[in-house]
Parts: sequence; C-alpha cells; structure tokens
Amino acid sequence: MPRDRKIPSSEITPLSAYLRRRDFLALGAAGAGALLLGGHSVSGAQKEQHGAKLPSVKQSSYTVDDKKTPFGDITNYNNFYEFGTDKDDPARHAGKLKTRPWTVKVDGECAKPKTFDIDSLISSSTVEERVYRMRCVEAWSMVIPWDGIPLAEVLKKVEPSSRAKYVAFETALQPENMAGVGGFNAIPFPYLEGLRIDEAMHPLALLAVGIYGEALPNQDGAPIRLVVPWKYGFKGIKSIVKIHLQETQPQTTWSQYGGGVEYGFYANVNPEVDHPRWSQAKERRIGEVFRRPTLMFNGYADQVSKLYAGMDLRKFY
Amino acid sequence: MRPKGDRLLKPLVFLAAASPLLWLAGRALRGALGPDPVAEVLNRLGLYTLVLLLCSLACTPLQLVLRWKWPLRVRRMLGLFAFFYASLHLTTYVAVDQGLDLASIGKDIVKRRFVTVGFAAWCCLFPLAVTSTQGWVKRLGFRRWKALHRLAYLAGVLAIFHFVWRFKTALLEPVIAGATLFVLLAIRLIARRATAPRLGAKVSAE
Repeated sequence: MPRDRKIPSSEITPLSAYLRRRDFLALGAAGAGALLLGGHSVSGAQKEQHGAKLPSVKQSSYTVDDKKTPFGDITNYNNFYEFGTDKDDPARHAGKLKTRPWTVKVDGECAKPKTFDIDSLISSSTVEERVYRMRCVEAWSMVIPWDGIPLAEVLKKVEPSSRAKYVAFETALQPENMAGVGGFNAIPFPYLEGLRIDEAMHPLALLAVGIYGEALPNQDGAPIRLVVPWKYGFKGIKSIVKIHLQETQPQTTWSQYGGGVEYGFYANVNPEVDHPRWSQAKERRIGEVFRRPTLMFNGYADQVSKLYAGMDLRKFY
Repeated sequence: MRPKGDRLLKPLVFLAAASPLLWLAGRALRGALGPDPVAEVLNRLGLYTLVLLLCSLACTPLQLVLRWKWPLRVRRMLGLFAFFYASLHLTTYVAVDQGLDLASIGKDIVKRRFVTVGFAAWCCLFPLAVTSTQGWVKRLGFRRWKALHRLAYLAGVLAIFHFVWRFKTALLEPVIAGATLFVLLAIRLIARRATAPRLGAKVSAE
C-alpha cells in the first residue's frame, strides 16, 4: 500500500476543484439513464459545508487505493443518534453542537492522567492523512480520507499502567444542542464505546480530527472521533470528551441495547457472522448500485487478525 | 347520472395514489435521491406500500363508523395500488439491491424473519390482486371471496413487523402504523360483536 509521497503540492487538485468536477460529471450524465439509479448528489441536491483547512497534514502509508467517497456523501449520510435517527438528520442538526472550547479527559489506570485541550492536542501532534474503508453494521460502506492522530500516541502521553486492560470512550452530551436527546431517546445517552488495550494501541486505530484535509464536520463527530477501520462503524465513537483506562471490559451502548439484540463488544467486520436480523456477507459501497462482498476484518486481516488468534469470533462478535 | 364530485372521485384517488411514485421518479431523474439511492428507493416504496395498504383497510371501518359510502368505491383501487407498490418494492430488492443473486435471496427469505415476513406479506397480497375483479367474486362466491380477502389484514400485520424489524431502535413511524392498523381491526371486531348478540338471541329462542 505504500504510495509515492513525492507528489508536489502544486499537482494535487485543490478540494474546491475536486468538488466542482461533479458539476461537469452531472452535466455529461444528465441525458444518461444511469442517473436514474446510479447518479446522485448532483450539485444542489445536498449541501456541502466545509470546515477550516488543517495545517500540515502528513501522508501516511496506512492508505487504501479504493475510490474515495465524495465529501458531500460523507457529510450527508451519517448515523449520529444524538441529532436524530435519519441519515440526513446529523447534517441538518449537528450545526448546533458546540465544539469550542473542547477538552478530552484521559484518566484511569495510568501514571499521568491529563485533560487535553483539542487545539493544543492537534497543534502538538503530527496529523496524518489515512484513507480507510468504513463498513457500517447496516451493510453499507464508504472510503474516507481521515486526518488524525494515532490513538496510541495520545494514550502513551498518559503512560497507561499494567492494569489498563481496556479503554472506555464517551461522547459529549449537550442536550440543549442535540435534537435527538431529551424526550424520546432512541438509545441511552451519553454514547459509550470501548476497545481492548491492544486494539487501542494498534497503529491503525486513529483519533480523527478531519476529513479531506479540513476540520471534521460536526455531523462526522467534531472535533475528535475514533476510527477503527477493521470494526463496524458504530465503534468509531464521535465527539469524544472522555477516555478512561480500566481493568474491566467497559459497557458499550450497542452491546447493552435491548439486552444484546444488536451487536457484541468486539464488532469486528466479519462476513461470516450475521447481524441478528440481516446478513453481513455483502455491502453496498456508497456511490455504487450493486453490492460487493464484505472482506474479513474489512480488508485489514493482515494487520489485525493476530489480535484475535485463538478466539472464537462467532462467540466474540 | 352521478354528481360531478362522484365522477371525479376515482380519477382523484388514482392521482393521489400514483403521486408518490411520480415524486420518487422526479427525484431519481434529478439525481436527488441522496448518497444511497437504492436504499432510498427501496425504503420509500416500502413505506408507500404500507400507507396504501392501511388506506385500503380503512375503507370499511370508515363506512362502519362514519356511514361514508364513497371509500368502498375506491377500496379495490387502493388495494391494487398497495400491491403495485409492494411488487415494485420486491422487484427493487430482488433485481437491484440483491442484484438477482437468487441463492442469497432464498437464504434471506428462509433465515431472516425481517425478510420472511416481508415476503409473506407480498404473498398474501398476490392472490387478492388476482381475484380483485367482479368475475372472481362470482367465481368464488361472495362469502368465500370475502373470507379470502381478509388476508389483507394478515398482510397488514406482517408489513408492520417487516417495518419494525427494519430499524435498530424503536421508532415513532412503525408505532404509528401499528396503532393505526390496531384501531382499524378493533373497529371491525367491535362492529362484529355488536351484531353477534342478535344471532345468539335467535339461537336461544329456537
């Protein structure tokens, strides 16, 4: 997967031009019957709100060559139940989320617990661009150019102790700014997620602060969210305010929901283990019409399968 | 000759029942179906099926409660539209969503209760659409025809479960749809019970 890193920046298509190309494509395709089902998000069909450009993003070798999902699709098709349960609810309502000032408290089983200010964390870290596949448990997928900091780097700063066997994460709760919180809650809030420490320290686990070289849009989990590309998308907890190192396996929102009718703690992408109500063998890549086969560990088996050696993945799903 | 409003009833209901499809087609042509157009088409067609099915099931209760006669005149049309949307929904699932992968579709129908009940609902509607003509009422005899067409309620119940199991969490829309079906069924059962004592009285008198 290593790619040529010597492309001069002058040769990289600016994002605005990259996005404008869709208009040309749309014009050309207007007469084509392909539009009927395959074409979508023609200019004007969905809003694109761009964030501030991130300074100095380093290219990373942890990148796949799949065609990237357009910015408009990544920011208009989200599961972020704090802002409603429809896919377009987060794009409509997440603008109200207050993302500054923002701190991430990292504590628990560690020598140097610390509360990080988001801006100092970003400016003191090397932000890398990583193009990852994202497979939702609902059997659709995207390819997203994340900009982020390896989770391991942040965790090392607090010096985890030997008792830190798991990492628990928590999403911000701002009921007054979250259209889906209060009244009828689809799921309990705040949203909780967790990883085993070796999963959290894996170089693929990323704390994303941007996409396409821009600050993360609110609907995608601003200002900082987890990305674990070999697991189903819901493990990638958004708008993180707390990270807690602990000895016991943390409670997570979806593994608790309805007494476990949804999915387990591990939630590794696995085409052979079905969701309780649908098959996980195939997925629809956003932008494509027909389904494609889902890959074991979402195509990251070479990097992560050793983490689960000897485990029954049907039991620990 | 019927008054003008009466003559307009069927064309107006036809237009109303067809309008969601026209709207969906318009969005498709403008490429405005969102990031996952296949899912959008599938979900919309499913929703239209359920709405039309509930409309067709509301005709008799409306007549029972409000003494309106006109709903009965459009009941068949609404039922046929429900079947039409159900068939488009099923075709989209089979041909586009699953890409005609018959093995995988067969497995889905057998293994997944969500797909099982959805397919069963369509299977309930199919014979109703076939026997929707006057000719079939005569051929079967009204009593048998009516008994057969009670399958519409079973289709309604199955469609609600199909709708509920689609979501990961409890949501308002399936609850509203389920409550509507419950009320429609309840009205019929109450109306039946209201006529039952008379029959009982007759039996005891003999």
